[in-house]
Amino acid sequence: MTKKTDSIFAIVLLAVAFALVALLDRVLPATGIIMTVLKKGCIYSLVAVSMNLLNGFTGLFSLGQAGFMLIGGYTYAILTIPPADRASVYQYFDGGIIQFAIPFWAGLIAAGLVAAFLAWLIGLPVLRLKSDYLAIATLGFAEIMRAIFQWDKLGPLTNGSNMLRKYPSFSTLMFPFAVAVICIGLIVLLINSSYGRAFKAIRDDEVAAEAMGINLAHHKRMSFCISSFFAGVGGALLAMFQTTIQAQAFKSNMTYEILLIVVIGGLGSVTGSVLATFLFYAASEWWLRFLDSPLTIGSFQVPLLRSGFRKVVFSVVIMAIVLFARQGIMGDHEFSIAGLMRLFRRKGKEASANE
Amino acid sequence: MSDKNKNVASTGNTVGKVTSAGGPGFGNKREEGLSGKVLLKVDGLKVSYGGIEAVRGISFDVPEGEIVTLIGANGAGKSSTLRAIVGLEKAAGGTITFNGAELTSMGTEQIVKNGITLVPEGRRVFVNLSVYENLRMGAYLRKDDLSADLEWVYSLFPRLKERHWQAAGTLSGGEQQMLAIARALMSRPQMIMMDEPSLGLAPIIVQEVFDIIREINRQGMTILLVEQNANMALKAADKGYVMETGRITLNGTGMELAENDEVKEAYLGKSHK
Repeated sequence: MTKKTDSIFAIVLLAVAFALVALLDRVLPATGIIMTVLKKGCIYSLVAVSMNLLNGFTGLFSLGQAGFMLIGGYTYAILTIPPADRASVYQYFDGGIIQFAIPFWAGLIAAGLVAAFLAWLIGLPVLRLKSDYLAIATLGFAEIMRAIFQWDKLGPLTNGSNMLRKYPSFSTLMFPFAVAVICIGLIVLLINSSYGRAFKAIRDDEVAAEAMGINLAHHKRMSFCISSFFAGVGGALLAMFQTTIQAQAFKSNMTYEILLIVVIGGLGSVTGSVLATFLFYAASEWWLRFLDSPLTIGSFQVPLLRSGFRKVVFSVVIMAIVLFARQGIMGDHEFSIAGLMRLFRRKGKEASANE
Repeated sequence: MSDKNKNVASTGNTVGKVTSAGGPGFGNKREEGLSGKVLLKVDGLKVSYGGIEAVRGISFDVPEGEIVTLIGANGAGKSSTLRAIVGLEKAAGGTITFNGAELTSMGTEQIVKNGITLVPEGRRVFVNLSVYENLRMGAYLRKDDLSADLEWVYSLFPRLKERHWQAAGTLSGGEQQMLAIARALMSRPQMIMMDEPSLGLAPIIVQEVFDIIREINRQGMTILLVEQNANMALKAADKGYVMETGRITLNGTGMELAENDEVKEAYLGKSHK
């Protein structure tokens, strides 16, 4: 019963969201700060949920997300730059070695597939490691990827350390929103399937999961590849959003940022990750901006407010969250209308009981 | 190896003894009509961890429909034996035959499919999954309809039915042990192996756990039980083996072992009798 009402509500909510996005696309300036936050929110929501699938649902502490985004972004860019523009993009490499282009949707899928394939390759050795060691190995992998994509010898393919540009991108909010909704929807379906349950069982207790006959290596690799697939798609979306892409930007900082979002939202909560992403980018790009500009009231110069102070405040907020609200916003629960109504009803009952 | 084992069988009338000593539900077990078929046969099994031999060539049989127990002190190699049988540990030597199939070359997935389940030491339920999801995980390799078996385990463990949607981590220790057993039953095994089911439980709960073990066995399940609580285990078991530092040193019916002086001294506390 509640499950049915929940999915009806979810569909209604989605329809409203789609309508709202269409409206925003019409009324808001495409490059305004709100649009930037919303677009980034959509893209990073997808990446955060993909990271949560691995870290929160399967219990594999991996820090390779920026690496897989890089692979996805580059795959997309390399495969979709129109042949006519290649000469100018690959100006130092005689127009590059690839002289065809695939449509943008195929590029998005290819981005995911290449990321997933590389995840499968490194998953063979790396997934035998546990906890911190896995984190170190995947972090190392991401850094190696960043170096490889900037390698001069690969220039004809990756344009070396020069940026890639002139590939198809988007200007509406609807595009990243729709892609994120579809991808996150697929991840949610996976999590609620028997595979998803197996992932959670592995997270809770590997030994018991193995004793139940769950093939640990197979399931871990599957989770790793699927997570990387969607990180790759997210990377492609990011490349589209930025309209240019350079390997230099995919530092481990990016992974930490996503990890933070996942932790703030709650490990093991998809809705938590999505909520946290939008909050995070709203705060860092918009609400806390004023901290970066010097402010003078009358003849009094407010101390500390100067470029970079935003990051200080932000770090303190994050430390406070990690220290005092380790469960994050949602813990491992999911946001649902039925759950919200149950909460209100309980509150109402308590209120009436007190009278 | 087995010829080294001291058989302490002294009287032929062991079945009668056991039944008279058994608790509720124990007496109605088929005294006659036991198929006598050996379901699991372990022969010369060795398990080693990086050069250290934890199990040094042990041999024992588990006949169909019986409760067999391995008792012994910490580090005697009991858990290693169970882990090797279910494929969580590679056997360094010897053979394990189950229902005619050789298990030592199989992975855990296949062994579970063949009809053996392990209830691991320390319960190890999936704490963030609900009771129901835990049971579903037990049946992970099954593709058929589970409703009949869910009914069955809920009838065995009514407490679990009450806590259907509760996260397993919120259950008490005893309830978690029940859930671990129920979860193992959901794979519909032919033989269930339990590693220290009484570990860390209050005496009254231990009693409940053993009542359940007897009940499951009465319904036809073959059980291989590893215990440090030798007293309870031997009372419940048809057959027992005593393990010391990787070897089987004694074997006999549960009752014989319970009355054996060496066993009493080592595991049951001699001063009590």
